Amino acid sequence: MNRILTSTLLIAALAVSACTNPDRFGADGMNGGGTMAPGGMIPGSANDPSSTAYFQQAVGDRVLFEVNQSNLTPAGQATLDGQATWLITNIDYQAIIEGHADEQGTREYNVALGARRANAAREYLISRGVAGNRLRVVSYGKERPIEVCSAEACYAKNRRAVTVLAGGLSS
Amino acid sequence: MITRLFSLCLVLLCAVAGIAQAQQGPLRIEITEGVIEPLPFAVPSFQPESGEAGQMAVDLARVVSEDLVGSGLFREIPASAFISTVSDFNAPVQYADWKAINAQALITGAVNVSGNTLSVKFRLYDVFSGAELGSGLQFQGTVDGWRRMAHKVADAVYSRITGEGGYFDSRVVYVSETGPKDGRQKRLAVMDYDGANVRYLTDSTSIVLAPRFSPTGDRILYTSYESGFPRIYVLDIGSVQRRVLESADGTMSFAPRFSPSGQTVVYSLTQGGNTDIYTMDINTGQSVRLTNTPAIETAPSYSPDGSRIVFESDRSGTQQLYIMPASGGEAQRISFGEGRYGTPVWSPRGDLVAFTKQNKGRFHIGVMRLDGSEERLLTASFLDEGPTWAPNGRVIMFARETQGAGGSSSLYSVDISGRNLKPVRTQEGGSDPSWSPLQQ
Repeated sequence: MNRILTSTLLIAALAVSACTNPDRFGADGMNGGGTMAPGGMIPGSANDPSSTAYFQQAVGDRVLFEVNQSNLTPAGQATLDGQATWLITNIDYQAIIEGHADEQGTREYNVALGARRANAAREYLISRGVAGNRLRVVSYGKERPIEVCSAEACYAKNRRAVTVLAGGLSS
Repeated sequence: MITRLFSLCLVLLCAVAGIAQAQQGPLRIEITEGVIEPLPFAVPSFQPESGEAGQMAVDLARVVSEDLVGSGLFREIPASAFISTVSDFNAPVQYADWKAINAQALITGAVNVSGNTLSVKFRLYDVFSGAELGSGLQFQGTVDGWRRMAHKVADAVYSRITGEGGYFDSRVVYVSETGPKDGRQKRLAVMDYDGANVRYLTDSTSIVLAPRFSPTGDRILYTSYESGFPRIYVLDIGSVQRRVLESADGTMSFAPRFSPSGQTVVYSLTQGGNTDIYTMDINTGQSVRLTNTPAIETAPSYSPDGSRIVFESDRSGTQQLYIMPASGGEAQRISFGEGRYGTPVWSPRGDLVAFTKQNKGRFHIGVMRLDGSEERLLTASFLDEGPTWAPNGRVIMFARETQGAGGSSSLYSVDISGRNLKPVRTQEGGSDPSWSPLQQ
């Protein structure tokens, strides 16, 4: 039998259907619809220090991680210090801490890695006085990137733990 | 004539394949040698034996040919080159006419449609030996299931010529994907191995990950976020009924696979940020912890005899592959090459482990022996991941994600020799494929 490779590619075109108005993920929060209060401050807006918008924007709802790491950076610790203070003040809120990974890893490992990151943030908040029963964790692995380029600039933002508030006035 | 035709019986099919192996002559492909030249074959349109069977006769021969050619081991000689025609399934074959066009194998068939019942007969000839290879076979099924009849014919041909089991009459369950990277919609789908007959099993309301077939091919395990947290579900493919495998509040469970008996699920459970491997009795829900380290232990896969489990762990500092007894206990590291190794899957033949390897910013699908020797990388790309074995342990399917903002994921298959890398047809994007056993 003579042997010549004719690598027969039975290629059928891969139909990737067009995307119609997909949900965007990674907004990671919910803002109450604000109405103008007598004092001029809009409840639920970023001006309202007890709002989720304030938590997200002024306090900072997320911490970032190095490649394959789940230990907190000094910047991450500073953000979590602010989160802890806020959560201790705003006792009506509970939080789910979402752990995420960048796309450079296998799916299962990234779920486990995201769990490590979320847990690192949770443990830190508990160490700063937030009651553990207010804090749950979930890992999305690499399933919910917020930046889509395949470069470190995007990966750095995707390796994150995001503290998502639930309860409180705006829920 | 009927005495030469047999109804479908898997045992018989194997027996016939065995005889073909014992009688090996010139018509033979040794897959392990890495096939360089595909074997030329001719498959004239099958003979319709009833009025309604005309189109079916053409379609069946086409699918048989697509299966064989798609394996990379065979090459079809186009009908335009034929000197002979086959107008009667039982007429003597004009070997000289097929020899003249270098058809080493000739496949003839006949089709009968009666109501919703489809009967397909076929014969395989070794043209250069001037003899039939094995005996004629007859398969019976439904008209709707006609593609399966073609796959069964192709499996029998493949088996007789290679001496290996076939894989064409099989299905793949996978995650069907649409939308951009930051808004990816995922739902479970099941299809024939070649992309035909797609059926969606879930909607895309929740993230779904990594479906895995049961050993009998009728159920799948998968991970869904429908509760808000990753949980394992078992889904009956026929009824699409599903139930969650309960796990404690505050935990996450994922990466499930069935044991070969189908009674036990091995999976990962995360508690307090630490991920270990557990098993659960699928009926009682009783779970047993198999690993207990601060490392990430995940992606477990049973050996075909159920006695051992291969999994990945970063206990050494990076993701590597380990094998431990199915009851837990001491694990042996098997991966020692450069880079990180994940998603190990035990071959159905028991001889190899397929894996995903990350090294120097590239991803590879590879195979290695159980002691880590003879590592062979079959692919390389920006992101290849999640191998699954064809039922005969000769072909691997996996997902390939392309780079950048417009990146998408699709399914590919490759021989364990590294040859015949090609996309698998899916309607949408695809990831996390799981190949079924051969259908019964």
